Amino acid sequence: MTLTHTGSNRPAGDLSRRSFLRTSAVASGGLLLSLSLPFASRESEAASSDSFEPNAFIRIGGDGQIVLTMPYVEMGQGTYTSIPMLIAEELEVDLKQVRLEHAPPNEKLYMNPLLGVQATGNSNAIRGAWQPLRKAGATARTMLVAAAAKRWDVDPSSCRAQNGEVHHQASGRSLGYGALAADAARMPVPESVTLKKPADFQLIGTPAKRLDTPAKVNGTAIYGIDARPPGVKIATLAQSPVFGGRLKRVDDAAAKAVNGVRQIVRLDDAVAVVADHMGAAKKGLAALKIEWDDGPHARLATGDIVRELESATTKPGAVAQNVGDADKAMAGAATKVEAIYQVPFLAHATMEPMNCTVDVRQDGCEIWVGSQALARAQTAAAKVLGLPPEKVIVHNHLIGGGFGRRLDVDGVTRAVEIAKQVNAPVKVVWTREEDIQHDMYRPYWFDRISVGLDKAGKPVAWNNRFAGSSVIARWLPPAFNKGLDPDTTEGAIDLVYDIPNFHVEYVRVEPPGIPTAFWRSVGPSHNVFVTESVIDELAAAAKQDPVEYRRALLGKSPRAKAVLELAAAKAGWGQPLPKGSGRGVSLQFVFGSYLAQVAEVEVAKDGAVRVRRVVCAMDCGTVVNPDTVRAQIQSGTNFGVTAALYGEITLKDGRVEQTNFDTYQMLRLNEAPPIEVHIVQSSEPPGGMGETGTSGIVPAISNAIFAATGKRLRKMPIDPALLKQT
Amino acid sequence: MAFQLTINGDRHSVDVDGDTQLLWVLRDVLGMTGTKFGCGMALCGACTVHVEGSPVRSCITSVDSIGDSKITTIEAIGQTPAGKKIQEAWLDREVPQCGYCQSGQIMSASALLASNPHPSDSDIEDAMSGNICRCGTYVRIREAIKQAAQSGG
Repeated sequence: MTLTHTGSNRPAGDLSRRSFLRTSAVASGGLLLSLSLPFASRESEAASSDSFEPNAFIRIGGDGQIVLTMPYVEMGQGTYTSIPMLIAEELEVDLKQVRLEHAPPNEKLYMNPLLGVQATGNSNAIRGAWQPLRKAGATARTMLVAAAAKRWDVDPSSCRAQNGEVHHQASGRSLGYGALAADAARMPVPESVTLKKPADFQLIGTPAKRLDTPAKVNGTAIYGIDARPPGVKIATLAQSPVFGGRLKRVDDAAAKAVNGVRQIVRLDDAVAVVADHMGAAKKGLAALKIEWDDGPHARLATGDIVRELESATTKPGAVAQNVGDADKAMAGAATKVEAIYQVPFLAHATMEPMNCTVDVRQDGCEIWVGSQALARAQTAAAKVLGLPPEKVIVHNHLIGGGFGRRLDVDGVTRAVEIAKQVNAPVKVVWTREEDIQHDMYRPYWFDRISVGLDKAGKPVAWNNRFAGSSVIARWLPPAFNKGLDPDTTEGAIDLVYDIPNFHVEYVRVEPPGIPTAFWRSVGPSHNVFVTESVIDELAAAAKQDPVEYRRALLGKSPRAKAVLELAAAKAGWGQPLPKGSGRGVSLQFVFGSYLAQVAEVEVAKDGAVRVRRVVCAMDCGTVVNPDTVRAQIQSGTNFGVTAALYGEITLKDGRVEQTNFDTYQMLRLNEAPPIEVHIVQSSEPPGGMGETGTSGIVPAISNAIFAATGKRLRKMPIDPALLKQT
Repeated sequence: MAFQLTINGDRHSVDVDGDTQLLWVLRDVLGMTGTKFGCGMALCGACTVHVEGSPVRSCITSVDSIGDSKITTIEAIGQTPAGKKIQEAWLDREVPQCGYCQSGQIMSASALLASNPHPSDSDIEDAMSGNICRCGTYVRIREAIKQAAQSGG
C-alpha cells in the first residue's frame, strides 16, 4: 500500500480535533485516517505539540476491511480488543470487521511515527484513546455517509450508517464502506462530529470476546521469545552477579567443547554463550570458569540501603502536598498514632523471561522483541551500534507479561552488544535465574508517618515523610521537578478522605548497586499499602469499625463511598467469622478509578496466612469491555496477593539472593482465592484498572490479619513468624 | 547423536546430545514454539507436554529418556477429546491474559481431564498447582476446567 497524497483539505477550526487527526487516500482505493493519540501520562503533553506526528492509523480498504495500527501493545490487558471497540462503536461496524496490526516494521511511513511514541504503561491506553479514537470513528463514519449522499445526490442527514454500510431509507439504497472508502477520502473533513450518547452504545460496555485469545490457546501466538529469523543462533548469558561489577577473566575451553556451542562473547560486565539451541548454550554457560571483579558494591546488603532510607526520613524532603497546618493541629490532637512502614524491592518475574533477537548487518540492524516502549528499544539498539535510529527495524511482538519490566530496554541493549560480535542473527534468552537476579526492581520505600486524632477519633493532622527511588527521575527526567514526580507520590496525596491538615514530603534516595524500575501499580503499590494500613490503625485507635470509620470521612467523595458500601455489602462485612479469620478493607482512588476491596484471611497457628476470599467493588468510569475489567481486577489482585505473601528481593554481598520460583515464590492455583468483582455503572470517562487491584489488596490483607490476630504488620511481605501463636 | 522422536504423530530425527532437554529440541531445533520456557527447573509448568498422555515438564526431560514414547504438544492437543474440550472452555471463559503460560496450563488441564473426567476441587488443585500464571488467571482456570468437565463426552 502506498500513500497517494496527504490531506491538506482540513478546514480551520476545532483545534483539538485538527491536532490529532488527518485523512488521506490510499492507492488501492481506501480511506486512511492518521491519528496522533495522546497518552494519559504527562509525557503526552510533548506529543500534542504543533507538529503532527501520527502514532495510530485507521485504514478502510476497498474490500471494507478496517485495519487499525496503534501504538499500544498487548501484554494481557486486553487492549487489542478494547481499543478496536472504541472505533467500531462510532464507525457503526461489527467488531469482527476491525483487524488490529502490530506496528508494521518495514514500512517507513508507519515506522517512524509509531516508534516516536513512548510506551504502554501506567494504565493509560484506554484513558488516552477514549476520546480521540471515538472521534476518529465518528469522523470516518461522517465522511463515508457524505460520500454516499454525494453519489446518490441526497442530503447526508437522510442517510444512516449501520453494520458497515450506509443506507438511504427513502430510496432503500445502500452501499458498503468498501465501495465508499475511496470517495470518502476526497470528502472534506467535518468541522466537528457528534459522538454517540452512552445510552446508544452497542459495543462499549458489553462483554466482548478478546481477539487475541484463539492464538493463545493453540500455541500459535508468537511472543518475542518465539521469533526465529532464518539462521538464528541461541545465546544465553551471565552478567556480573554484583551490579556494577566487571568481567575479570573467563576460561572457555570446556564451554567451547560442548556440542552445539558456536561462540563465546565477552563484554565488559557479562559473558554470553552462542549455540545452536538453548540446551547447548546453557550447558556451555555452566562450563565457563568466570572470574568477576565485583566492584564497589561487593559488600552491599539490603540493611545498608534501609539504614540510608531511614536516615533520609529524619530530614526534610520535597513537599508533595500541604493542606492546612498539620504541625499545629498535631500539637492540639487528643491522641497521636505514629508508625514506620516499609515495602521491599520486588522483581517482575514475567513468565516470558527477558529476551531479544538481533540481526546486525552492515547496513543496519533488525530486532525482534516484545516491548512496552518501542521507541526506546529502537534508540537503545541504535546507540550500541552508533547508527541513526531509522537504521534499526523493530518487530514488536506479543508480550509474555509486562508489569513494567518491558518499559525498560536494558535487555535490548544487552542483546545488541552480544549480536554485534556474532556473524548471524542471534536470540539472546535470559535464564530465569538471570531474569530474577538482573531485573530492575520495584523500589524499597520507607515511610515515617504520624496522625493526630481529635476526641471523637477523627484525623485532624496527617504527617507523612517517605524516602525511596524515583523511577521517573531516571526514566523520564523532565517529569521529575523540584524533587517530585507524579508517580512516586500517587496514592500518598489527594486521598479520598476528609483530613483538614495534611502534609506529605518525599525524599528521593537512589539505592546504590541495585537498579529500580516501574512495577505493576508503581507508586500506589507502596503508597496505598501505607495510607490504607494507617487509616485502619486510626479506626482501631478510635475503637471504630474500619468500614464505618472510612465512610464517615468520605463527605467529599461520593464515588469512593459508593464502592466502599458496595464492597462491604457484597462481602458480608460484619458477619461473624471463625476464630483465626478476619476481614480487612481497603479503599483507593488511583489511576483515575475508585476501588474498594475486602479480603478474608485465615491465620493458622503456625502463622501461615491464607487468603480465603476477595470482594472488589470498582468504579472505573465508563467500562469499555466489562469482561476485561473483571479479568484485570482478578489479575491485579492475585499479583498483589503474591507480593503480600511472598514478594521480597534481598541483597547480600551485592548479590540478589533469590534465583528462581523456589526462592522467589509466586501464588499458585491451590492458594489463589475466589475473587468477586462488582462494577459500578458510570458514564464518567474511563479510568485505568490494570494495576488497581495490586495496590489495594495488600493493605486489605494486612488489615484482615489485624482483624484476625490483633497484630499490625507494617512491613511487607507478611512474616508468618510474627503471627505464630505461642 | 541422532534421536528419533514421535511428536504429534510425526517422526522427527534430531541430532543433539542425549542430555539435551526436550524443550529445546521442540523450540529451537524443530521450531515448535507453542511450548514455552519459564524456569528450566520444573517449577512453573510453562513447558508441559504429554509423553504417552502423561504431563511432563519438558525443561527437565532429556531427549535420551523418551525412547519410542509418543509426545503430544500444544500444537496438537486440540486433536484429543479432552484437549479439545479444554481449549473450548478456555476460549469460552476468556482465560488467557498475556497467554504465555497458557500452553502449559492447557496441557496440564487436558491430562487431568483425560485421566479424570470429573475432577473435584482438590483434584484440580493437585493437577494444576505446578503451573504458575503470573497474570493470576487462576479463578478462570478453575472455572474453565469445571466447565470442560461438564461439557459431556
